[in-house]
Amino acid sequence: MSGNHSGEHHPEPQPYAALRAKAIESLLIEKGLLSTDAIDTRVQAYEQDIGPMNGAKVVARAWTDAEYRKRLLEDGTSAIGELGFYGAQGAEIIVLENTPTVHNMVVCTLCSCYPWPVLGLPPRWYKSDAYRARAVIEPRAVLKEFGLTLDESVEVRVWDSNSDIRYMVLPVRPEGTEHMDEETLAELVTRDTMIGVAKAKTPMPVT
Amino acid sequence: MNGVHDMGGMHGFGPIDIEADEPVFHDEWEGRVYGMVTSIREERDVYGPYGSRHYIENIPPARYLASSYYEKWMLALEAALLNKGLLTAEELDDRTRQFLDDATTQVPERIDPELAERVRQRIYAPQPLEQKASSAPRFGIGDLIVVRNVHPTGHTRLPRYVRGKRGVIARIYGAQGFQDEPTIADSSAQHVYSVVFDADELWGENAEPNQRLYIDMWECWLESAE
Repeated sequence: MSGNHSGEHHPEPQPYAALRAKAIESLLIEKGLLSTDAIDTRVQAYEQDIGPMNGAKVVARAWTDAEYRKRLLEDGTSAIGELGFYGAQGAEIIVLENTPTVHNMVVCTLCSCYPWPVLGLPPRWYKSDAYRARAVIEPRAVLKEFGLTLDESVEVRVWDSNSDIRYMVLPVRPEGTEHMDEETLAELVTRDTMIGVAKAKTPMPVT
Repeated sequence: MNGVHDMGGMHGFGPIDIEADEPVFHDEWEGRVYGMVTSIREERDVYGPYGSRHYIENIPPARYLASSYYEKWMLALEAALLNKGLLTAEELDDRTRQFLDDATTQVPERIDPELAERVRQRIYAPQPLEQKASSAPRFGIGDLIVVRNVHPTGHTRLPRYVRGKRGVIARIYGAQGFQDEPTIADSSAQHVYSVVFDADELWGENAEPNQRLYIDMWECWLESAE
């Protein structure tokens, strides 16, 4: 606390939720029901190791390897497992193929089910009341808010993820990427493309 | 239950609030809650047969709508721990007050490498889902079905907006344990189907053009519409 000449330091009061979480953690630890490192393990895994970069690798592999793509669409869980991704909230993952005429998007209206092994934990908007309520009744309006306007000739398929099966979208490979390798392609694949609210990024033109 | 959590098709929530480059957890406590819930439910049966969702769905509606995602996780965790007798309301409130009154209060630390290793393994280990059903699937791909108009008062995975609606069997999945409460069928594993509905069937003249809705349906919710 050196250098603080203005008297006692008053930190911002913490929100009730933060205090309550600390109280619960303290009691669970004192009672031997949990340990600090167990909680840390869980947090660090999803902050550092498991996220949409996993799903992006799956998509890039499918874009460059026709046999893998076939396996991925037939048995998503196994094909995703080939790349080393499986685990919590990924007991069964179905991969939905977007095409120029069919656009898939995923929602969980009852809670916020999401394929953790390939996408990590869901973003706030996916868990929001607005997305959960609206994705099934006005998906085109929702997609427009994400900047994606689809022609009426494109069939929109909304998947409500209500059982223990999880869904992930295989986006269309953008044009102008024929020369790209798997690693570069993976950089074009965002989280939102694999939920189905965006298209894969078009590469910057070479000037 | 016909709860406020069953949001499909509701109006009034406004535009989608999209945050660019958001962190996995917006505050440290969110991560702690996430870590506590996912670790403890794998170690012991804290939540009972209908899982943490049962407790989230039973948060009073006004509070549910006013709570963030991880606040709901925390409310459900509290309720389950109290219900199981693992915590008392008094000790929880006392400790919360202690953190509120004295900013120097610390969360105690305890290291348990064996527990942490079990937690780590469950994050990454394959988790087979499919269970054995006692009979062959009753429906085939392309069959026309109508969803039973049932209203379970406890946990159910059957959203209101598809009840009584006509759809088509799109895929046949493996069997999963049936989770409705109270159950309208044998709660052992039964076949689950992907059923597709035309948006017109669900939303009438308010449907958007050229849209279909796919949802997973346990067999006992379906009746033949052929």
